[in-house]
Amino acid sequence: MSNSSDALFNFCLRLGDSNLVLGHRLSEWCGHSPILEEDMALMNVALDLLGQTRVLLTYAGEIEGKGRDEDKLAYHRDAFDFRNVQLVENPNGDFAQTIARQFYFDIYHYLLLEKLSVSSDQTLSDHANKALKEVRYHCQHSGEWVVRLGDGTDESHERMQTAINDVWRFTGELFTDTEEDEVLAASGVVALPSSLKHAWDQQVSAVLNEATLERPLDVPVPAMGKAGAHSEHLGYLLAEMQYLQRSYPDASW
Amino acid sequence: MVELRQTSKQDAIWATLQSVMDPEIPIVSVCDLGIVRDVYDDKVVITPTYSGCPATEVIGMDIRLALDKAGFDEVAVTTSTSPPWTTDWITKLGREKLTEAGIAPPVKSSQSKTTLFADKPVVSCPICKSDDTILVSQFGSTACKALYKCGTCLEPFDYFKCI
Repeated sequence: MSNSSDALFNFCLRLGDSNLVLGHRLSEWCGHSPILEEDMALMNVALDLLGQTRVLLTYAGEIEGKGRDEDKLAYHRDAFDFRNVQLVENPNGDFAQTIARQFYFDIYHYLLLEKLSVSSDQTLSDHANKALKEVRYHCQHSGEWVVRLGDGTDESHERMQTAINDVWRFTGELFTDTEEDEVLAASGVVALPSSLKHAWDQQVSAVLNEATLERPLDVPVPAMGKAGAHSEHLGYLLAEMQYLQRSYPDASW
Repeated sequence: MVELRQTSKQDAIWATLQSVMDPEIPIVSVCDLGIVRDVYDDKVVITPTYSGCPATEVIGMDIRLALDKAGFDEVAVTTSTSPPWTTDWITKLGREKLTEAGIAPPVKSSQSKTTLFADKPVVSCPICKSDDTILVSQFGSTACKALYKCGTCLEPFDYFKCI
């Protein structure tokens, strides 16, 4: 593959894997959410993310041209070949931790799709225009929980603030520019990640303000998951997610 | 529907598809939901509602079966995702049928793209028509629906949300 198709392949993995891993994390809440309505909401968000993953991994396989389809890419790669941002592989923690992770990702996801909706790549712009409509509801869902918990009882406020602080250090990676990002930006596929930072800050700060929560201070971080460096959590997640396909390759029903 | 001048074969295919119901909301046809985008002599173009909608594959199969049954074996079923499906494509008849089934149809036309945390629409209760309703959850029994509660008749109901 050329430099640019390599970069495009990895970009599709980055977003596709992020959606896949986050969708899987959310599905772990199935039957365990604080209330029934929230169980359905989290599963609906997970389903949207999974549907979007299918488009992106299928496209990644086409770009690569080695005959790998969405299932091969999802079920037959090891952790170091995953390109998801580390933010999404964090364990669910308590409900506030899940919501903080979701809120940070949703706003980033929305802003990224906005840029992608005018991509020079037709498949990606089509995908973005469709996914934007769905992710908009994700943002409202997680944003409303941040406000409800932050501006709630003493305990919910404290737990939400703790989660906002704990998860914060994983947000830096969302906006780091890699060499591949430069290649993609130059060809008009998608703007540099760093160009999303200002709008993300504004949206996040507005919600935190309303939630009476304090915005943590920025810490500089390198690209972690985007470069294939993951926490140990991803391995456990994949072990569960890939178990069937690894034990019984190409099993279907 | 791009094709303005339809052949009689296309009319017959449309008529066949009118009998194919959405598997999750079986009172509305796939045509009235705007899932069938175009009908040609040799193919039917459909579009998924949500990226992860589990009904998409069933809808494709149901359409295939209906076409085969009506003798249109040679007509292909293809999927297109651009332009993306919008609730604006639900027909007037589709909206009426949703209301009859106790599901409030989408209020505004497409969502505003300027603000992320927009004002909530006023959704009327499909049962008693009261505007005194509150949003319980942005996500209901399926991805396309939100859950509301009526303050007047106190009934909970689904709202087909705008996308």
